[in-house]
Amino acid sequence: MTKFEQSSAFTRRSILLGGGALVVSVGGAVSLDTLLSIQTAFAQGAKPPLTPDQLSSYIAVNADGTVSAFFGKMDMGHGLVVAIGQIVAEELDVPFKSVKVFMGDTANSVNQGGASGSTGIQNGGKQMRMAAAEARRVLVEMAASQLSVPADKLSIIDGVVSANNDKSKRISYAHLIGGKYFNVQLDWNKQYGNPLYAPGKAQPKNPSEHKIVGQPIKREDVAPKVFAQEDFVTDIKVPGMVHGRMIRPAVAGAVPVKVDEGSLKDIPGAKVVWDKGFLGVVADKEWDAIQAAQKLKVEWSQADAPFPEQASLYDHIRKATVRKREVGKENGNVDDAFKVAARVIDSEYEWPFQSHACMGPACALVEIKDGLVTCWSGTQKSHFVQEGLALTLDVPLDKVRVIWKTGPGSYGRSDADDCAMDAAILARAVGKPVRLQYMREQGTGWDPKGPASIHKARAAIDTAGKVIAYEFTSKGFSRIDVNTNGGKPHDTLAGQMRGVELKSGDGFGVPAESYAFDHKRLVWETIPPLLDRSSPLRSAHLRDPVGPQIHFASESFIDEVAAALKADPIEFRLRHIKEPRDVAVIKAAAESAKWETRPSPRRDQSGNKVSGRGIAYAQRNGTRVAVIAEVDIDRSTGKIWARKFTVAHDCGQIINPDGLVKCIEGNVVQGVSRTLWEEVTFDRKAVTSVDWLTYPILDITETPGEVNVVLINHPEIAPSGAGEPSIRPVAAAIANAIFDATGVRIRRVPFSPDRVKSALS
Amino acid sequence: MTQQFTLTVNGSSHTITADPDMPLLYALRDNLGLSNPHFGCGLAQCGACTVHLDGQPARSCITTVSSVGDAKITTLAGLGTPEKPHPLQTAYIEEQVPQCGYCINGWLMTAAAFLRDKKKPTEAEIKDALSGLKCRCGTHISILKAVKRAAEMTG
Repeated sequence: MTKFEQSSAFTRRSILLGGGALVVSVGGAVSLDTLLSIQTAFAQGAKPPLTPDQLSSYIAVNADGTVSAFFGKMDMGHGLVVAIGQIVAEELDVPFKSVKVFMGDTANSVNQGGASGSTGIQNGGKQMRMAAAEARRVLVEMAASQLSVPADKLSIIDGVVSANNDKSKRISYAHLIGGKYFNVQLDWNKQYGNPLYAPGKAQPKNPSEHKIVGQPIKREDVAPKVFAQEDFVTDIKVPGMVHGRMIRPAVAGAVPVKVDEGSLKDIPGAKVVWDKGFLGVVADKEWDAIQAAQKLKVEWSQADAPFPEQASLYDHIRKATVRKREVGKENGNVDDAFKVAARVIDSEYEWPFQSHACMGPACALVEIKDGLVTCWSGTQKSHFVQEGLALTLDVPLDKVRVIWKTGPGSYGRSDADDCAMDAAILARAVGKPVRLQYMREQGTGWDPKGPASIHKARAAIDTAGKVIAYEFTSKGFSRIDVNTNGGKPHDTLAGQMRGVELKSGDGFGVPAESYAFDHKRLVWETIPPLLDRSSPLRSAHLRDPVGPQIHFASESFIDEVAAALKADPIEFRLRHIKEPRDVAVIKAAAESAKWETRPSPRRDQSGNKVSGRGIAYAQRNGTRVAVIAEVDIDRSTGKIWARKFTVAHDCGQIINPDGLVKCIEGNVVQGVSRTLWEEVTFDRKAVTSVDWLTYPILDITETPGEVNVVLINHPEIAPSGAGEPSIRPVAAAIANAIFDATGVRIRRVPFSPDRVKSALS
Repeated sequence: MTQQFTLTVNGSSHTITADPDMPLLYALRDNLGLSNPHFGCGLAQCGACTVHLDGQPARSCITTVSSVGDAKITTLAGLGTPEKPHPLQTAYIEEQVPQCGYCINGWLMTAAAFLRDKKKPTEAEIKDALSGLKCRCGTHISILKAVKRAAEMTG
């Protein structure tokens, strides 16, 4: 029944030993005392503490000479596991195939922040590179001692250190340390999560020496998926496991006041777990648990319908009290400049709530046994879920282990962390391991949402037609109404349902670009949530948190200004953009797409079928992306086909170009989906987007015919992120292409056929 | 009331006792302990639970176990193996299609039946055949490339 490895069989020790014997080679012309002191200094059989300041927390050489890399982040399907393996193999001078990367298990990795903010390579890879470089330095020093050859007279090929002038003097990593732990202190910056950084004394290689980094190595996890051999989190089973299901109120904010457990008497093993607003059931079989959740008789409290009519959502945002205002960027004197403007151009844009709508609803399995809590989760942040479980169950952190397993898709703070907490409460209540998977209506209807927002932009133009001032203000729900992880009970449904004190955070953002205007101000404002507790519209991070909405607005507006000034959209951008790498991506995209220089809209089309092209660009934490969309529009139906995309992408040094292209393709397609289709619907009582009919996403018949990716590689620049930047400009590029084709500006997402048709009529 | 059912899955016969109205998905996953197909929606809207019944794609999340009868059930694990892969599996690996991979049963099982019945399909015919299947990671471009590649292999 079980395919997973029992936790006791999956220790670092067993990985290290790899089934082989401990091998400690004693050889070479070196005194035993010297040898022992170096061995003791750098290698030991006892496991050092799993702390960020230990080299052993990241790298181990196994008895057979293979390398294990322990990574506190994880791969959400973009091939990060390959890229990290490449980085480690490169710095250690071992074959790529001999490195195995273990991800997101709190028992063998430190908190590097999980999958977060496109930092897998930017931060996570940086740390693994420094750790691997330090491991190599230490191994060379050990080899120098063993071989009695100075370290600078040694070279390494495939994990074998040999003297430059006498190849018979050689020793392998396996003989140096295989099966033992590094005992090497790193210079940790005392931070956890994404900022964690702990270099050793070693300098990493010069990028010009790279042989493995930069290669298009394929993913090894594709074949197991294709042959149905990979276990997802949904597939994990443990002995004695029962199945759980949660029950959510039909009116958001209502809580159970009466629960009739007798209504489940015919269902084998059915039990109710009820604590304030928290209500779940368990049963021996999964189908029974589903039926129990449906059959349970519950009387709910009378709750006031908490939401406005959806049609008035944007009015609500406009009128709502600002809870926090932040000026993200300001230069010059914007207010004075607008007073002397010859002309002011202004516009407003709207973006709806959107759902993670993962392919499957979240699943978690929690086993509490002998005082130890083990949780298998599809979370993006296992170390934070470990903290959340410890607080939720009130047990010490070191009694909780979270094992990440591939979930049914993950694009930020989805329903995964909530599910882990819910499963833990069920497991504790029934005294058995509980596997909980949400139902579809909960996956879409109750996941944390990408926040809805409005965006106001204005530009002051002087008499010569020059932009003298620019102001951009976003106002919307916070991207951290609940935080980016389930590390604190107040950020989880389980916590909120069970009455913990609330702590809604404030966060949004401003456009990331390098337009230089004499007077410029970029501002964000957040408003309170519609329902403060246990809300199906609580807002949080959804892929490129608030990036798509902000840059839909800002890059649409730049296009509007260009059009008002009768300038070509690219020529206008290049007139104002200051950073050379930004200029370079725009020029690269334009060249690849054979951009024709002229103002928008084009005036040479008639009839129902029209087409157009649009550009948008953005930065994201060091990465720069320009996207050109070419779209076809049927004016009679309002249907849009985003037919072709050209993406120029600069994320500094490229670790794996093929993986990067796939990652960008996924970003673009998901971006098209969110732009054309996605909008969480709700009525006064609840979210009404509960499945794929009520939350439609892009279909293969609507998929772009072509996504041409132009990669700009800067080996000399440390890599920045790629998991999210290229979704950022997609909506604006499409909006700008629609304007080019039709002369009509659509300022509200999604561009569904009805909305487009009515805008065009 | 539960009843006994005999299911033939990937060539092996299994007898289970289950509620006749229970979807086949739970017979495969829960009674037989298989790790695929997957639960995606329970509404036949996404395809993650797709299996073949006598070679025809069926959404196991809404197919009751009592309606299966003598039909031979094939899951993704029965489509091919690393030693003897189905052309679609080979193409999927060559094109490096999946990201999270949770949707994979729907695309592969639907495309396998389509390519068996339709030789040398056009791109529009492939898209039409796969219409309605969901992939949230946005791997559709690679999916299309892989199905075209497999179509050429099976030509």
